[in-house]
This record gives sequence, C-alpha cells and structure tokens, in this order.
Amino acid sequence: MPEVLDTVVRVVAVLAAFLVLPLVVGQAEHKVMAHMQGRLGPMYAGGFHGWAQLVADGVKFVQKEDVTPAAADGRVFRLAPGVALVPYLVAMAAIPLAPGVVGADLDAGLLFVLAASAVAVLGTLMAGWSSANKYALLGGLRTAAQLLSYELPVVLGASSVAMAAGTLSLTGIGEAWRPWWLVWQLPALVCFFVGGVAELARPPFDMPVADSEIVFGPYTEYTGLRFAFFLLSEYAGIVVLAAMTTVLFLGGWHGPGPDGAWWMLLKTALVSVLVIWVRVAWPRLREDQLQTLAWKVLVPLALVQLVLTAVVAVGIAS
Amino acid sequence: MSSIVPGLLKGMAVTAKTLAHRSHTGEYPDVAPDLPPRSRGVIALLEENCTVCMLCARECPDWCIYIDSHKETLPATAEGGRERTRNVLERFDIDFSLCMYCGICIEVCPFDALHWSPEFEYAELDIRDLMHDKDRLGAWMPTVPPPVAADACAATPKEVAAAQQPPRRPAAPPAPA
Repeated sequence: MPEVLDTVVRVVAVLAAFLVLPLVVGQAEHKVMAHMQGRLGPMYAGGFHGWAQLVADGVKFVQKEDVTPAAADGRVFRLAPGVALVPYLVAMAAIPLAPGVVGADLDAGLLFVLAASAVAVLGTLMAGWSSANKYALLGGLRTAAQLLSYELPVVLGASSVAMAAGTLSLTGIGEAWRPWWLVWQLPALVCFFVGGVAELARPPFDMPVADSEIVFGPYTEYTGLRFAFFLLSEYAGIVVLAAMTTVLFLGGWHGPGPDGAWWMLLKTALVSVLVIWVRVAWPRLREDQLQTLAWKVLVPLALVQLVLTAVVAVGIAS
Repeated sequence: MSSIVPGLLKGMAVTAKTLAHRSHTGEYPDVAPDLPPRSRGVIALLEENCTVCMLCARECPDWCIYIDSHKETLPATAEGGRERTRNVLERFDIDFSLCMYCGICIEVCPFDALHWSPEFEYAELDIRDLMHDKDRLGAWMPTVPPPVAADACAATPKEVAAAQQPPRRPAAPPAPA
C-alpha cells in the first residue's frame, strides 16, 4: 500500500508542477517583458499586479468557439495540441529536483526527456500540415527544418555532459557535477541552451510563427482551448528546457550552502528569465541565418566539445 | 561574428536597464492623464456669442454641425425708430460620431462662440447619443481652459492692440473763411 501511495503522491506532484510552473513562467514573461519595455503589464486581474491574468486568459479561451476548418484533416488537427502539450508533462515526470525528489527516477532519464520533448515538436508539425492553410504549412515546414537542425546541437551538448558524468541518469549527472564543469562544459551549455530555445521556436528563433510573415505559422487556424494548449506547451517547454539546463550544466540541486531542491527551483527560474530576456532583447533570425547558426556554429562547436570532453574524461580516468 | 556579439550584449543591457527603471505607463482610469495644452477633447459652444452666421456648418468637412434658427423682430427702441431683426438659435448640434476634430469650425467662428475643451470622456453605448445638442455643448464651456499666454516676445494680439490705440483725434474744425 505505501508504494501505491508513494506513486500517487509523485503523480499528483508532477501534475501540479505541470499545471503551475508554466503559468508562473508565463506570468513572469508578462511582467518582465513589460518592465523591460518600460510598461507595467497586466495590473487588474486578481487585484494584485494582475497575478491572475493567465487564469483569466484561460477562462476566456475555454469560452471561445472551437473551430475546425472544413478543409482541415480533422482528426490530426484536433489531436495536434495534445501531442504538443502532453510530452512535456511526461518529460517533467523524469526531471529530478533533488536526489529522490523526482516523478520517476529513470536510468536513462536524459534520453527519455530529450525524446519526449522532441515529440512535442511533432504536435506543431501535425498542426501545420493538417490545417490546410498555406501559412500553417509554411510554418510547419519551418518547424521541421528547425527541429532537424537544432536537435543535433541539443543532443550533442547533452551527450557531452553525459559522457563527462559517465551516466545517462539525470540524478547521476546531477550528483557527478562539479563547479569547474561550468567552464569545461560551457560550449555544450551554449549548444544545449541555444538549441533548446530554437526547438521551442522562441524568439529569436521564432521563424515558424513569425507573425509579420506567416500570421501565426502552424497555429494560424487554431482557436479557443486548442490554441491555449499550444501556448501552454510553449511555456511548459521553457520549464523543461530550463530544468534540464540546470540539471545538466548548472549543478541542479548543488549550490553554495546546503544542497536542496530549492536551488534547483531557483536556477530553473533564473534560466527561464534568461529565455524571456533573450526574447525581449533580440530580433528574430532570418531563416538562412537560423540554419547557418545551427550548422556552421553550433554543430561544430558541439563536436569540438565532445572531443574535449572525451580527452579530459579519459585523462581523469587514467 | 565580432560585430554581432557586442550588439547582442548591448540589447540585453538596454532591456535590463529599462527593467531597473520605473515604467512610463500612465494608469489612465485610476490616474488622470496629463494632457498637453490645447488638447482637442470636445467642442464647447458659447451660445450668447453665436449669431447663426452658419460659417461653421458650411466649413465643416464632414458636415456634422446642424443649425436651425429663426428671425425675431425686436420693437423699435426709440419713438419713430426702425424695428430690428435678429437671428435666434433654435438648434445647434454637433455629431461627434462624424466629427474628425479638425477644429475648422472653431477657427472660422468670427465671434468666438466655439472653443476647444480638453474633456474627452464622453463615450456612449449608443452612437446616436454622440449627437450633442446646444445645451450639452454649452455645458462643456466651463471646462474650456483660459487661452495660453502669448510668448514673451510675441507681437501684441490684434484685439489688444486695437483696444490700446489712442482715441482718434476729433476732426479739426473747419478753417475760418
């Protein structure tokens, strides 16, 4: 019986984190972006500095009509938001906050999380293809191109740190982490983080949804709750990316002073703010610049890092 | 690459600096906006000054001023004098759903019957309520600010200059023959 209880507690905790953290990041984006632009952002909903703005948005989205275009591939179209959102829930279950504080401690957790978050991009692809809309199709193809290019730096960056730690378990990598890895694994960190932001199609890598060119890319035809799911999946993606960056490269639950899950939460929050900051400060890349950055900068950098990691790891072992 | 990185860092520095400063947002419904002088909010009518010359209605580019009037005959003031007629304003409406706030009516009014008022909070739920009649237009009159003072070195306004001129000398008596 305690085992069942333990499982239930973990599932509920992961679900709660999945429901709360993306909204926290979303609200932080509202406010941080506003203040970075000299504005106030939401101020009314909920009374205190618009804390309930996203709740209000959610209520609004629920009330909207759920439209499926006549020419759309109905089933794929309706399924896509779920495909975009659920993988992040699955991924969150495997990310540890501290040793033992995890939904499911997998031996190949790194592989699992990377695979799950890559599935989420499929949702966007499905949306782009099934919408029967030229903007959606263009956006979907851009998403596909972006996924192909940036999955490589992400996986290479992550494999570098996995090689350094000698394990694929996220808890194991977090435990093996040492502060000097910040320097040793810095190129991998850059590759992983930049590639991760690009896979989320977040600015400055938001070519797939470039509103001034292709309306809203794959999400053009979506309304109501399904549209909200896509937005939510973007923020869930930020949470997963920030948490993974923290576990792999920033020492997770380690920190000056006592270790603990709160270090993990703090660092995740800081990385999320960085994702938001980058969105506010930088202009969007052109499609060719996007590919150039991936293939001419990040992939070579990740390969060099891999060699460096191998040499140093072998040097330590011998 | 060498020129990109400083640019990226500068962008982040600028946004971070803005984040650290107070925002510029004026919280409008809670805090009254600080309007610039001569703001064009609504047009006020000083009915006593109106002579029903119709210049404003005719010059209005979108014809949103409606004027009706009739003539009244005033009895002679002196014995054997002539009766006088004067125009009496019956209706003076401005349809603010059409008005484009060009201010031409105010410019052309020869008797200063129309004025700009900075009041702007007169939105309506029904578009027909945007037709302001002469009582409503008159009610804006107390909100009209005094004219902005002339610049220090500006020429004396025509009206003032005329009032300050010395009275004309009486015509010289005819020279004795």
